[in-house]
Amino acid sequence: MDVEILSRIQFAFTIAFHYIYPPLSIGLGLCMVFMEGMYLRTGDVLYEDMTKFFTRIFALIFGIGVATGIVMEFEFGTNWAVYSKYVGDVFGSALAAEGIFAFALESGFLGVLLFGWNRVSKRVHFIATIMVTLGSMFSAIWIVVANSWQQTPAGYHIVGQGLEARAEITDFWAMVFNPSSVDRILHVWIGAFLAGSFLVISIAAYYIIKNRHMAFAKKAFGIGLTVALLSSYAQLFAGHRSAHVVAEYQPAKLAAMEGHFDSSSAAAMYLFGYIDTKNERTHGVAVPGALSFLTHFSFDAPVTGLKAFKPEDRPQALNIVFQSYHIMIAIGFALIALTTVGYILFRKKKLFEKRWLMHVFAWSVLLPQVANQVGWFTAETGRQPWVVYGLLRTSDALSEAVTANQVVFSLVLFTFVYTLLFALFIFLLNRKIQHGPGFKDSDDESEIHSPQLEGMAGNFSR
Amino acid sequence: METFLGIDYSTWWFLVVGATFTGYAILDGFDLGAGAIHLFFNKEESRRIALNAIGPVWDGNEVWLVIGGGTLFAGFPKVYAAVFSAFYIPFMLFLVALIFRAISIEFRSKEPMPWWRKMWDVSYSISSIIVTLSLGVVLGNVLLGLPIDKGGVYRGSTLDFINPYAILVGITTLALFMMHGAIYLVMKTEKRLYTKLTIIVRDTTVFFVISVLLLSFYTLLYVPHLSATIKENSWLFFIPVTMVLAVANIARRISQQRYRQAFLSSAVVISLLLILVVVELHPNLVLSSLDERYNLTVQNASSSSKSLGIMLTVAAIGVPLVAIYTAFVYKTFRGKVKLDEMSY
Repeated sequence: MDVEILSRIQFAFTIAFHYIYPPLSIGLGLCMVFMEGMYLRTGDVLYEDMTKFFTRIFALIFGIGVATGIVMEFEFGTNWAVYSKYVGDVFGSALAAEGIFAFALESGFLGVLLFGWNRVSKRVHFIATIMVTLGSMFSAIWIVVANSWQQTPAGYHIVGQGLEARAEITDFWAMVFNPSSVDRILHVWIGAFLAGSFLVISIAAYYIIKNRHMAFAKKAFGIGLTVALLSSYAQLFAGHRSAHVVAEYQPAKLAAMEGHFDSSSAAAMYLFGYIDTKNERTHGVAVPGALSFLTHFSFDAPVTGLKAFKPEDRPQALNIVFQSYHIMIAIGFALIALTTVGYILFRKKKLFEKRWLMHVFAWSVLLPQVANQVGWFTAETGRQPWVVYGLLRTSDALSEAVTANQVVFSLVLFTFVYTLLFALFIFLLNRKIQHGPGFKDSDDESEIHSPQLEGMAGNFSR
Repeated sequence: METFLGIDYSTWWFLVVGATFTGYAILDGFDLGAGAIHLFFNKEESRRIALNAIGPVWDGNEVWLVIGGGTLFAGFPKVYAAVFSAFYIPFMLFLVALIFRAISIEFRSKEPMPWWRKMWDVSYSISSIIVTLSLGVVLGNVLLGLPIDKGGVYRGSTLDFINPYAILVGITTLALFMMHGAIYLVMKTEKRLYTKLTIIVRDTTVFFVISVLLLSFYTLLYVPHLSATIKENSWLFFIPVTMVLAVANIARRISQQRYRQAFLSSAVVISLLLILVVVELHPNLVLSSLDERYNLTVQNASSSSKSLGIMLTVAAIGVPLVAIYTAFVYKTFRGKVKLDEMSY
């Protein structure tokens, strides 16, 4: 295989792996802010236990997120040197802002969040939790801004010719608020809220199934469900707005997302299907005119099809784009259904009796994860063959000095390390969940908790 | 080119990059050094104390690496592209070691089994050493100069990074960080571990002095371009002279049990070494060993004035903020390490 495909595989693999963790940190951080906020308001130690329990899980996730994130930054230089030279002038300020305004905030206060319980007051600790969460959200802003600039470049001009050509910034705010930034940030944030809140829900549901730490689990479930419910509905709008921006600024991507080949007709939206790339046709179940309506608010408005683009300017992996996009949307609706049913039953105080539903919720943690992953696949494979849309082709962005063997070496290394890392992550996460929070939990039947019983146990052991 | 206080933006940004990497070396330097000497502590409790001494701050320290990489990418994209693609293998090893180091610290305390902890102790120490060595080796190669062509593309072969000079720089960096880390740990410990650390401080200081002397002679004899500036401007001799005094001061402050002063002295040593690097390289960032005209300089490799201006504004707002809460975090965790339920 050549350097290009190897480097693309390496980048896709390392970023997909990395992208498991930051959304979890953001979403879990937000849930922890609510938990600790409840602790400060009510003084209920259950909330203190809850915050501490999830802090330990947060530390695990955050550690892997940072370590794998540094890899991404360095990969720009190692594997994509031409790209780095091309975008450095523009991209750099976003990356610098991320480091200084976001990452430093988050990592600085992380120490206080993890180790500061006995060192600072409750209020200061709460502020540290908020700062870490804000830091991780700011981080997302700048990274998504940088990526959005690749999707819909703005606020730059091109200087130099051929090999020497590069983008130079002309307007910082136009770069930051490029046409897709705001909608994509909201979309990514909400995706992160879903990832984190469903982790809380999943762990709580697991405890309820196992009849362990019940009081703890029910309260945590309530907090997770609230965040998840609001987020799943908000995502409907954020997702739609993102798609709308794609339709306007990256028509070839939208056409690939929907398997739409001919521009002329009223465009259908597929519920599911597959693309026959050879005959340039899409098969599946579609709602006629829906795509036209969603992009132009008219059922017969023409939507630009793939055939309107030169073959070399179309995304090649059409089925990846199409399927990723449709899986994401299907999951989005599934989450809305799930949180709505969950909320109605919660209000009727019947939720925790429905064991089958608790099983569904215990596994539900995978859904936002999958949606986040395929969402990125859609965004990134749909952008091809451009690394900077309409300006720089992916095939031109490589490091000239790097050989296929070197990339194979690093790819093997990362595959090995990340597989190990993932296995350890799951192992430790499971151990933490099995260990559970430290308890003052009154309806926890699996442990001795009353002073009387403890006294008896003490007598027996003597 | 726009200027501020009579200095153009490119040079300002060059100073920012230099300051960031110096900050990184001082801050992450001590926790990397603590990792490198970790296996010298035998008892479980000692290892836990050593880990918890860096526990609340190592992550924040590592941010300086991310910021350093970011400032180089942003301010000198050509240098970033040339150096990172040239040293593909050392950077990949560096990254993998960085991952192992992070997870060793994080995972070690999660299980009580002795084999589990021993495994992560070894992983933590070895990865700290690899991170330090690879940074030193890359720096050594940059100091020597690289075979880069007109387009800034590396024309050497994959394993050229292994050469005596670069290895010597790597070892000196390791010795420096070990000394720095040992002094940090002395500040944070008491009783037996403290006594043990005073010995480690002494030994690592000797190790550093020997390696830096070797490096200096090697440089003077075989890499003349790295002493040219100092020879032409004799007043710059104050840099090596101050460095010798600072090293001597470390020993003096340790014997007085004034560790904070000792730590400051070792931070001064690190800064002076990097200032030497800057003085000797300026106005170049990367020397081309093929042709002087291909050198990547502060002027020809920098981003546009507009971009640098924006980033200088970002830095002017951001850096004081970072300084304030970094100070807050260090103040929160000042004093000797005490283990509690949330400790590693």
